[in-house]
Amino acid sequence: MLDVENLHYSYGNGSPILSGVSFGVSRGKLCGLFGPNGSGKTTLFKCCLKFLRYPQGRVLMDGKDVKRKSVKDMARLVSYVPQDHKPPFPYLVKDVVLMGRTPHLQGILGISRYHKQKALDALNLVGILHIADKPYSQLSGGQRQLVLIARAVAQETPLLFLDEPTSALDFSNQVKVWNILRMIADKGTTIVACTHDPNHVLWFCDDVVVMGNQNLIAQGPPREVLSDSILDRIYADVCSVRDLQQTKMVLPRDVVNSNHNGGNNGSDVIKIIRGAG
Amino acid sequence: MIRQEEARAELEYRLAGFGERRKMLVIVSLFVLLLLTIGIALVMGAYDIGIRDVYHVLLVHLNPAWDSANLNNLYNTVVWDIRLPRIILSVAVGIALAIAGGVFQGCFRNPLVEPYILGVSSGAAFGAALAIVFPAFLFSLQVSAFVFGTIAVFAAYLLARVRGETPIVTLILAGVIVGSIFAALVSILKYVAADAALREIVFWLMGGFYYASWKDVTTIVPIIAGCFFLLWFLSWKLNILSMGDEESRTLGVNPERYKIILIIVSTLITAISVSAVGIIAWVGLMMPHAARMLLGPDHRFMLPAAAIMGGIYMVICDTLARTVTSAEIPVGIITSILGAPYLIYLLRSKGKTVFQG
Repeated sequence: MLDVENLHYSYGNGSPILSGVSFGVSRGKLCGLFGPNGSGKTTLFKCCLKFLRYPQGRVLMDGKDVKRKSVKDMARLVSYVPQDHKPPFPYLVKDVVLMGRTPHLQGILGISRYHKQKALDALNLVGILHIADKPYSQLSGGQRQLVLIARAVAQETPLLFLDEPTSALDFSNQVKVWNILRMIADKGTTIVACTHDPNHVLWFCDDVVVMGNQNLIAQGPPREVLSDSILDRIYADVCSVRDLQQTKMVLPRDVVNSNHNGGNNGSDVIKIIRGAG
Repeated sequence: MIRQEEARAELEYRLAGFGERRKMLVIVSLFVLLLLTIGIALVMGAYDIGIRDVYHVLLVHLNPAWDSANLNNLYNTVVWDIRLPRIILSVAVGIALAIAGGVFQGCFRNPLVEPYILGVSSGAAFGAALAIVFPAFLFSLQVSAFVFGTIAVFAAYLLARVRGETPIVTLILAGVIVGSIFAALVSILKYVAADAALREIVFWLMGGFYYASWKDVTTIVPIIAGCFFLLWFLSWKLNILSMGDEESRTLGVNPERYKIILIIVSTLITAISVSAVGIIAWVGLMMPHAARMLLGPDHRFMLPAAAIMGGIYMVICDTLARTVTSAEIPVGIITSILGAPYLIYLLRSKGKTVFQG
């Protein structure tokens, strides 16, 4: 669904941010774009969405090069959930979600019932129909993120990009957002979400693309890719990956060393998670 | 469980209309209010004419079947040739300034932006002052004001354009810079102007409708009406633009292209108004605010409401300007005296909700 080939980008001062990045995401997958701060995740995002003009490389969506696609055609192909969002005007939640229908609108002023119904369906899918009448700007960060996801759902694009969807949320909202993304991906939408939490990638993603400095380090299923050696390369000896019943968890190495001298791995960690969840 | 389903169905039913019918009703009521205001303003004036006589004159002109021969000549002149064009012009200017303010605020994503932020007013003022000081040199005050107002916007826009993008902060700063350059040029003209020309520049800059005639109405009203509908048709796109450049791009609205169209059209109607009646401040700031408080921020409803309210407000201010004292007060003074306290009220009472979105 999404193929990035040999992408290069550098900012004005000439220092490269991306040098020859290539990866692919297949249809209906939830792909995590994972990497430390400053690794070029956001730049890669902006190149894919054509916010930035890349001098070299290709981005293919649905098998077609996006270079010559118009803004409107792009908006029918890929939707975007931005990271932090400061709305200048107090639009109502339902109006914000209705904005997602813009690339499909035909008329001049009136917006037909069909599109309004689509917006309400999106609100319902994300589970926030009850706040439809509230001003978007007065919501909590978690609710705002859900509204923007609902807007992307209403846009009905085969591809969905999210920039750090959970970075400003508390634990329960983080889990909620990822579960909703999981559900949307299972309905056939291809999702690329950048994140800097390795555990989110391990728990919720089908695929992971690991960004190091300027380049991809690894790509594949999270449980295979996120190993001690890969994490050591990007985080320089601070974490370890541990098995935990059906899933895995990344822990700070200091914690692992102090808590697991005896080697009863697993049970303590489960307690920690239950406590937090 | 069934009750939950019912509640959801009811909620959806209520939401499905998105409250648009109520908003249209408010806009229609505002329009009726505008007509009423015009009707009252027509009766008021320095020369006392009875209500029946005023409407007799009006009806005779509006109904071609009636004979206009038996009209009182003086009444005819006062009502038809002086008051009516002046009122129509003030409505048009109020509409133009209010809608231009609303569009600028949406484009710049800042509810405190004024139509004058891009330097239009200073540019237009310079053009008009130039025409007053060197009357033989330029064709007309209005055209000159418009040309220089437009030059000011383009100068600000080109100054702010960096690598194919125009960040809002840079644009506003560029507008301030261009505005101050033109303000300095106006000062130079004032300095070199002869006494009569100086008086005219100062009077024009204060703003007023004293010279309004049917000729002004027939040239200005069609342009403002055309621009109003063009801006209204783009109002949903303006909603999207107000979410920010990157988001509007991903929602399918090219921010560069539509912002240029919206800014140029708004600048055109601002320059037209300024060239016709001088500088009238605050309307472009107040009316969009008031409309937003009444109908919410959706520009499809906010813009026409702000426009109609701008018309009402301008008629009231101009009626005050020509009736409060025996001499005329420049209407720009009245709008500023009424407008500044309004902004103070907004800042103090609604500061958080209005200015932080």
